[in-house]
Amino acid sequence: MNDAASKDKRRKLVDATMRRFGHSQYALIETLHTVQEAYGFLDDDNLKYVAEELRVPLSKIFGVATFYHFFTLKPQGEHTAVLCTGTACYIRGVPGILSAIKKNFSVDAGETTEDNRLSLLTARCIGSCGLAPAIVLDGEIAGQVTPEIVVDRIGRMIQNDT
Amino acid sequence: MSSSVKIKTLTIDERQVGAREDQTILEVARENGIRIPTLCYLKGLSPYGGCRMCIVEIAGSPKLLPSCMTTVEEGMVVSTQTERIKKYRRSLLELYFSERNHVCSVCATNGYCELQSMAQEVEMTHVHFPYMYPHLEVDATHERFVLDHNRCISCTRCVRVCEEVEGAHTLDIKDRGIDVRIITDLDQPWGESETCTQCGKCVHVCPTGALIERGKSVGEMSKRKQLLPYLTKMREAQK
Amino acid sequence: MTPEDFKKIGETHRKKRDGFDYTINVCTAAACVSLQSDKVKDELTRQVKEQDKKDVCRISGTGCLGLCASGPLVTINNDQALYGGVKPEDAAEIVKNIDKKPVKRLQIPADMPFFARQTKIALEHCGKTDPEVIGDYLALEGYEALYNCLTTMEPVEVIDIMVKSGLRGRGGGGYPVGLKWSTVHKAVGAKKFVICNADEGDPGAFMDRSMLESDPHSIIEGMAIAGYAVGASHGYVYIRGEYPLAIKRLKAAIRQAERQGFLGKNICETPFSFDVEIRLGAGAFVCGEETALIASIEGRRGTPRPRPPYPAQYGIWGHPTLINNVETFANISPIVRKGADYYASIGTERSKGTKVFALAGSINNTGLIEVPMGITLREIVYDIGGGILGGKKFKAVQTGGPSGGCIPEEYLDMKVDYESLAQVGSIMGSGGMIVMDETSCMVDVAKYFMDFCQSESCGKCAPCRVGTAQMYNLLNLISQGKATMHDMELLEELCDVVRNTSLCGLGQTAANPVLSTIRFFRDEYLAHINDKKCLAGVCVIEHKEEPVL
Ligand SMILES: Cc1cc2nc3c(=O)[nH]c(=O)nc-3n(C[C@H](O)[C@H](O)[C@H](O)COP(=O)(O)O)c2cc1C
Ligand code: SF4
Ligand code: SF4
Ligand code: SF4
Ligand code: SF4
Ligand code: FES
Ligand code: FES
Ligand code: FES
Repeated sequence: MNDAASKDKRRKLVDATMRRFGHSQYALIETLHTVQEAYGFLDDDNLKYVAEELRVPLSKIFGVATFYHFFTLKPQGEHTAVLCTGTACYIRGVPGILSAIKKNFSVDAGETTEDNRLSLLTARCIGSCGLAPAIVLDGEIAGQVTPEIVVDRIGRMIQNDT
Repeated sequence: MSSSVKIKTLTIDERQVGAREDQTILEVARENGIRIPTLCYLKGLSPYGGCRMCIVEIAGSPKLLPSCMTTVEEGMVVSTQTERIKKYRRSLLELYFSERNHVCSVCATNGYCELQSMAQEVEMTHVHFPYMYPHLEVDATHERFVLDHNRCISCTRCVRVCEEVEGAHTLDIKDRGIDVRIITDLDQPWGESETCTQCGKCVHVCPTGALIERGKSVGEMSKRKQLLPYLTKMREAQK
Repeated sequence: MTPEDFKKIGETHRKKRDGFDYTINVCTAAACVSLQSDKVKDELTRQVKEQDKKDVCRISGTGCLGLCASGPLVTINNDQALYGGVKPEDAAEIVKNIDKKPVKRLQIPADMPFFARQTKIALEHCGKTDPEVIGDYLALEGYEALYNCLTTMEPVEVIDIMVKSGLRGRGGGGYPVGLKWSTVHKAVGAKKFVICNADEGDPGAFMDRSMLESDPHSIIEGMAIAGYAVGASHGYVYIRGEYPLAIKRLKAAIRQAERQGFLGKNICETPFSFDVEIRLGAGAFVCGEETALIASIEGRRGTPRPRPPYPAQYGIWGHPTLINNVETFANISPIVRKGADYYASIGTERSKGTKVFALAGSINNTGLIEVPMGITLREIVYDIGGGILGGKKFKAVQTGGPSGGCIPEEYLDMKVDYESLAQVGSIMGSGGMIVMDETSCMVDVAKYFMDFCQSESCGKCAPCRVGTAQMYNLLNLISQGKATMHDMELLEELCDVVRNTSLCGLGQTAANPVLSTIRFFRDEYLAHINDKKCLAGVCVIEHKEEPVL
C-alpha cells in the first residue's frame, strides 16, 4: 500500500468515530483515541482536522490532548518499554530498574532515544501487581523482573531488527 | 424575573439577609455590602471555583465552601471572616506568590494588580513557603499585547472572557498540575494566532500583570475594570 | 423473551456444562495471561483432542481465581484440583491424569486459608465461568435478578432492598447505595443516566479490572437494575484505557446482552429500556472523581467542579446521574437474588457485607480476595496472605492508595471497616492493600504518593496545584537528608492548608499518606532530618565532607 492510500485508510477510521457520535463535540476524546491508535500519536494536522470537523476550538483541543497522559504529541520510537511505577511495583524495586534503563540506553522516562529505537514510558499500574515489578516490552508483559533481566531483554528487543 | 422564584433568608456574618433561591452566597453578600475576597470570580463570566479565596464557613458543615459557587439555602448561617478562614486565605495567597515570579517593583501592573491588593487585604506580610522560581517565558509576539507566564495565577478569567464574551476561544489552558499554562490556539505564539480578534478583553479582565498592553512600563498598566460590566449590561439589554 | 425462554437458555447451558465429566478451567484474566495462560489453554485443548477425551472433558477459559502470584492457574471441576504455575509442557500430564490422582507437583491445596477464609459475593462467579460466554452466566442464575426486578417489583422496592442491605459505595467514599439511588430516583428530569466508574485510579489496585475481565455480565446486570430503580435508560462505563482485555470482554458482553434482550428496548418484554455504552479514560487519576469523570465523558478536560450540586441532581449534560463503582454494581444482583437480610448479616454494624481487596506488595499470596467486613488485618496478612515475603519483618499495610494511609503493626488486630480505618488516619479506599516490610522507608513511601498526587493534580485550584508540589519538594529534601525541623513544620502546615481548602477529593486527601506516616513513623522522619540517616536504607543521603582548610 502506498503512503497516500494508507493515510486515507487511517483518516477513514477517524471519520468513522466522529460519525458514530454524529460529529458532536462530545466525541472529542473518543476521536483522539482513534487518531492515536491509527497514527501512533497526535500530530498538528490531525488536531486541526478533528477541530474543524467537530467544531472544537484549536486551543480547546490542545488543552484536552495535553491534559490526558495517554495521549502523546510526539511520535514513538520503533520499540517501547512501559515500566509500571504503581505502588506494588515501586516498593518491589522499580527505582533501581528505572535508573538501570536510563543508564544503559540513555533515555529518560517519557522520552525516545536519539536513534529512535526505544521509547521509555511509565504507567501508573498495569494491573499485574501480583507479579510486581512488571514491565511491558512491545506489548508483552514481563513480571517479577530485575534490573539485569530488563536491561538484557530491552537490549535483545532493540537488537532484533538489525 | 418570573414570580415563581422563591425568596430565602439566611445569615451572613450575623446579619439577616434575603436572597433569591438561585443566588450564590457571594452575590448576596455583595448586594448587602459584605466583602468576600475573590480572584477567579468575575461578574459576567461563568463561575470557576478554582482560586479558593472566597471560601466561607457554613454552620453544620465541616467543609469550607466556595461562596462564588454555593447557592443559598433557607436558614443558612454563613461566616466569611473567621480567624480560621483568614489564616487559610493568607496561606493560599502565599502559595500563589511562591508559585511563580512576582517582583512588583518591575511589573507593569504595580499598583493596579488584584493579587497585590489582595495581599494587603488579607494582611499577608511575607511568604514563608519556599519560592519555586520557575523559568517561564514571556510571549511578546502579539503586536498589541504581551503574555507573561511568570505573573499568571491560572484563574482562567482570560480564557472565559475570550470564549464566553468575545466568542473567539483563542485562549485555553494546557497540561495539568503545576505545569498548567495559558495557551493560544495550538500552543503557538500569540502573534501567529489566526483566531485572535485583538479585542483586548483578556487583557482587561486579567487580575495580574500576566496580560498587559505592549509598551507599558512599570506601574503604567491599569485595567479597564468597567469594560466587562458594560458589555454584560448592553448584552442583557439587547435580549 | 419470556421467562420460560430465558430459563431454557440457562438450562441448555447448564446441561451443556454438565454433559461432561470434567471441566478444565484455565484462568484467562490479565495476570495469568501475562504468564502465558492462553498458551496453556491451547495446549490443553490440543491434548484433549490427541488423547481422545473430547467427549468427557471440556476446556474453558475463566476469570481470575484470586491467587494471581501462583499463575497460570488451572482448575478441574472447580474444586477437584487446583494447579498453579502451569506451563504448556504440563498439559499432557494434566489431561492424562484427569480421571486419576491429581498431578502432585502442580497442586495447590484448595483448602488453604487463602481460599477458606474468603466469602465471595461480588466475586461469586470469578474463576467459575467463562467471561466471554453469556450462557455460562445464565447457567448460574444470571440476569434472573434483573428479570425479577422488572416483572415483580416497583423501582422503590428495589431501592428498598439496597437500603436494607446496608451496601455502601465501594469506590472509596462509602456513601450508602440505597440513599444515592433514592436521591436520583426522586430527582426531577426527563432523562437520567447511570455511570459505572471503572477508572480504577489507585496505582497498585486491580479489583475493578479483574471483575470486568472475569464477570462482565454481573456489572451490566447491576447497572440495568440500577437504571430501572432510578429511572434511567442510558448507562456509561467509564473505563481506563490501559485495560485492553477488560474493555474487549466488556464490549463482547454488552453485545451478547443486547442480542439476548437484557439490554436495549423493552427488556424481558417489559416497558423498561436500557443500553450501555463504553467510554475510555485517557490516563488521568482525577477523572475517577465524579464531576471530573462527567467532564471527561462530555469531551472536556477532566477538571472537577465544586459540589453541590451533586451529580445525582446535576450530572451529565445537566441530567440527574447515578455514579457507582464497579464493585458496587457487582454486588447488586447477588443482593437481589439472596436478599437484603443475607447481605446485611455479614459484616459489622455500620459496614455491611464483604469487600474485595487487591493484596500486593511484600506478601506471599498476592492476588484478589473478598473478605467479610470486620475481619482483622492480621487475618488478611498472615492467614489469607500467607505472611511476609521471604520471612521479613512486617512494617505497615497501606490502604486507600494516594488518599489513604499506612497502618503500623500495633493496629494489626483492628477490624477492617470504614470507621476503624478512618480512625487510624487511613481510608477503606477502593480496595488496594499493599503490605510493606522493614525494607520500605516510610518517608520514601510518603514522597512516592506525593509525587503521584502532584503529577495527577489537575491544576485547577491553587492549594492542590501549588501545595502538592511544595510538599513534594519538602519530602524530597527530607529524604535526601537536607531538611531541618523547620521544613517539617512547613510540611505539616501545608498538609492542613491543602486538606481544608482544596476543591476536590484529590487535594483534600493528598496529605493523608504524609500525615499517617508522620503519626506512626515520626522517628523515621527525625532520623532523616537529625541524623541524616535512612533507617530502611532506601533513601540516598550524601554526606558532605567538611571542607578541609
Ligand atoms: C481523586 C479521586 C479519584 C477517584 N477515583 C475513583 C476510582 O478510580 N474509582 C471509583 O469507583 N471511584 C473513585 N472515586 C470516587 C468517586 O468520585 C465516586 O465517589 C464513586 O465512584 C462513587 O461510587 P460508589 O458510591 O459506588 O463508591 C475517586 C474520587 C476522587 C476524589
Ligand atoms: S502581577 Fe501583581 S503581584 Fe505579580 S508582580 Fe505584578 S504587581 Fe506584583
Ligand atoms: S484579544 Fe480578544 S480574541 Fe484575542 S485572545 Fe484576548 S480575548 Fe481572545
Ligand atoms: S493570564 Fe491573567 S487572566 Fe489569564 S489565567 Fe493568567 S492571571 Fe488569569
Ligand atoms: S484539588 Fe487538585 S485535582 Fe482537585 S480540583 Fe483542585 S487542583 Fe484539581
Ligand atoms: S503496581 Fe505495577 S502492576 Fe500494579
Ligand atoms: S472566587 Fe470563588 S473560588 Fe475563586
Ligand atoms: S489472573 Fe489468574 S488467578 Fe488472578
